[in-house]
Amino acid sequence: MQKSRKYRYIVAFIFLGIGALILLALNICIGSVSITLPDILGTMTGRGHNETIARILWDIRLPRTFAVIILGGALALAGYLLQTFFHNPIAGPFVLGISSGAKMLVALVMVFLMGRSIRVTSANMIVAAFVGAMLSMGFVLLLSRRVKGMSMLVVSGVMIGYICSAITELVVTFADDADIVNLHNWSQGSFSGMTWDNVKVMAMVVIVTFTAVFLLSKPLFAYQLGEVYAQNMGVNIRLLRISLVILSSILSACIVAFAGPISFVGIATPHLVKKLLGTAKPILMIPACFLGGSVFCLFCDLLARTILAPTELSISTVTAIFGAPVVLWVMAEHKKERAV
Amino acid sequence: MKYYFKTEQMSVGYQGKPLIQNIEIGLNKGEILTLIGPNGAGKSTILKSIAKQLKLIAGAVYLDKKELAQMSGTELSQRMAVVFTEKLKTELMTCEDVVATGRYPYTGHFGILSKEDYSIIEEAMELVHVTEIRNQDFTKISDGQRQRVMLARAICQEPEIIVLDEPTSFLDVKYKLEFLSVLQELRIKKGLTVIMSIHELELAERVSDRILCVNGKYVERFGKSEEIFKNGYIKSLFGIETGSFDEENGSMELEPAKGNADLFVIAGGGSGRSTYRKFQRERKVFITGILYENDLDFPVARALAAEVITARAFEPVDKVVLEQAKRAIDSCSQVICCRKQFGSLENANKELFEYAYKSGKVADCK
Repeated sequence: MQKSRKYRYIVAFIFLGIGALILLALNICIGSVSITLPDILGTMTGRGHNETIARILWDIRLPRTFAVIILGGALALAGYLLQTFFHNPIAGPFVLGISSGAKMLVALVMVFLMGRSIRVTSANMIVAAFVGAMLSMGFVLLLSRRVKGMSMLVVSGVMIGYICSAITELVVTFADDADIVNLHNWSQGSFSGMTWDNVKVMAMVVIVTFTAVFLLSKPLFAYQLGEVYAQNMGVNIRLLRISLVILSSILSACIVAFAGPISFVGIATPHLVKKLLGTAKPILMIPACFLGGSVFCLFCDLLARTILAPTELSISTVTAIFGAPVVLWVMAEHKKERAV
Repeated sequence: MKYYFKTEQMSVGYQGKPLIQNIEIGLNKGEILTLIGPNGAGKSTILKSIAKQLKLIAGAVYLDKKELAQMSGTELSQRMAVVFTEKLKTELMTCEDVVATGRYPYTGHFGILSKEDYSIIEEAMELVHVTEIRNQDFTKISDGQRQRVMLARAICQEPEIIVLDEPTSFLDVKYKLEFLSVLQELRIKKGLTVIMSIHELELAERVSDRILCVNGKYVERFGKSEEIFKNGYIKSLFGIETGSFDEENGSMELEPAKGNADLFVIAGGGSGRSTYRKFQRERKVFITGILYENDLDFPVARALAAEVITARAFEPVDKVVLEQAKRAIDSCSQVICCRKQFGSLENANKELFEYAYKSGKVADCK
C-alpha cells in the first residue's frame, strides 16, 4: 500500500513536470510569429542569430511564459490555502472576492498615481493589491462567522466581488482616456505585456511565500483534520490561521497586481491535482498544486493567445471554460458524499 | 500535591459565562474517571476544558504537578490524547492514515514517519482490531469502526492521560465491552489515566474508579462508583419521572400501568421477571408475592408491581405475610403461577398456590 502510493506520487509529479515542459516549449514556439526549436537554440548559442526572433523571444515570449508559470502556480496555491482555511472545497481567491478587492485598490492607486504622472512600480502595485486583498479577506472572515454552510460563504464572496468590481468600473470610467485602455485590459485579466522586471519581482515574492507555505505543511495537515484535533496535536491554531490569511492574500495580491483577476484556476486546480495524487497531504499537495496551476495556466494562456489570433482572448474566458465544469463536478461529488 | 491529575476551583463555560463552577477533581495515576449526568448538563464542556480546547473561566488544571496552562501545545499533545464527538475531517485518507496522525507530536518538521512510528501504529491497530480495515477509506466505514480507529489513533499518541467524550455511543455491545477492556488493559500496562463521559450507566458503574455527577451549576457528586450508585440517587440525578433505575443491578424498567390490580403473580428465583415485563407491556396491573427481599425477581417486582408482598430473607415466612398474600389473591380475579414446583423450604408459596388453586383462579403461566 505504502509502496504503490509512493509510486503514484512519483508518476503524478513526473506527469505534471513533463506537461509543464511541453507546454513551456509550445508557449514559446507558437504565436503570430512561429519560432522553431532550432531557432531558439540558434539565438541561445549565438549561431544563426536572428534579431527579430531574438527580440520576440527575449522581450515577449519568455517573460510572459515565466510569468504564467509563476502566477499560475501562485493562483492554484492561493486557492488550495483558502480551501484548507475555510474547510470549503469551492473556495478560491476569485469567488471569495479577494481578487476583486485587490483589483479595486490597484485601480484606485493606478488612477491616482497616473493622474499625477508618477510612475507605477511593481512594488506599488503589489502593496496596493495586498491591502485590497486583506480588505476583502477581512469582510469574508467577518461574514464567515455569521453564515453557515459552504455555498453561503461563496455567495457572500461573490457579492463582495461585485461591489469591488462596481467601484473599479466607476474609477475606470472617470480615469483619463489614455489610461483606460491599459486599465481595462488589465482589469479583465491578462498575461500580456510582462517584462523581465515584473518577472523578477513576482518570482521573489512567490518563492518566499511558497517556501513559507511549504514550511507550514505539517500544521496544515493537522488543521485539515479539524480544529479540535489540530489543537490537541499541539498546533497553535490562531497563529496558523493568521499565517494562512496573510500568505493567501500575498499570493492573490501578487497575481492581481501583475495579471489582474483570473477566475477558476484557484478553485479547480487543487481538486484536479488531488485526484491525480490520490491524497490531500499538504506536503505533496503544495508543490503539486503549484505545478498544476502552472500547467493549467500555460495551457489556457496558449489558447487565449492563439484561438482568435491576432485578437487575444481574456485569460479568464479560457480558464472559466475549463475550470467551471470542474467546480460543478466538485459540488456534485460533495453533495453525493453528504447524502450517503 | 497528592493527586496525579487535579482540578482546582475549575469553572467552565462559554464566552466568559460560567456553566459549571468550582469543579474539584483528584485522580491518581491509572485511574478511570467517568462523567455522568443528564443531556446538556455540560459533560462535554468539562472535557473540552480539561483538554484545553476551551478556556477556563476560573481555576486551574494540573497534570503531574504541572499546570496545563503552562504546558506548550507539543508537550500537552505528547501527554494527552482526545477522542471527541466531533468528526475528524478527512479526505482521501485510509484508516491507517488516520491512526498514523496520532504520531504527529513525535515527528519532525515535515511530519515524516519513521520505522518505529510504523510499528507503534501497527501495534495500536491490532490492539483495537482495526488491522483488517486499515486500507479502507475512513469516510466509508461504520460509526463503530470509526470510533475504534479513533481510539487506535489516540493510543498511537502514547498519552499518559486520555480524554474521551461518549466513546461507546456508536459501538455494539461486543465492541463496548472490548473498548472498555482495552482502556483497562492500557491502564494496567501503561498506567494510562482515563477521563470520559459515558451514557451507559451500568458500564460506568463497572469500569470507573471514580465518578463525577454533573447536573446544574455545580458538580453534584464526586466519588467512588459504589458511593454514587445507591439509594435512588441516579433517579434524582437524571430526574427520572417515568420508569425506574435500579442501582444495585444496573438495570432499568419502564413505567408500569396504574390502577387496581386484578392479577396475582406467584414467582420467585427469577422465574417471574419476564412475566412482570410482559404485563408492563400489556398495561396490566398486578400484585406479586411472596418474594424474599434478596430474590432475583424482587428488584423487577418492586419497579413494576402495584404491590409486592415480601418476606425477610433467610427467615421462614411469617404467618401474617401469608395471610396478607391470601387476602390479595381474594381481591384478584386471576392468579398466575410462574413456578413449576416449589422447594422444600418454600412451604408458604406452596400453600399460597394451593389456596389459589382451590378458588379456581389459577391460569397457566404462559
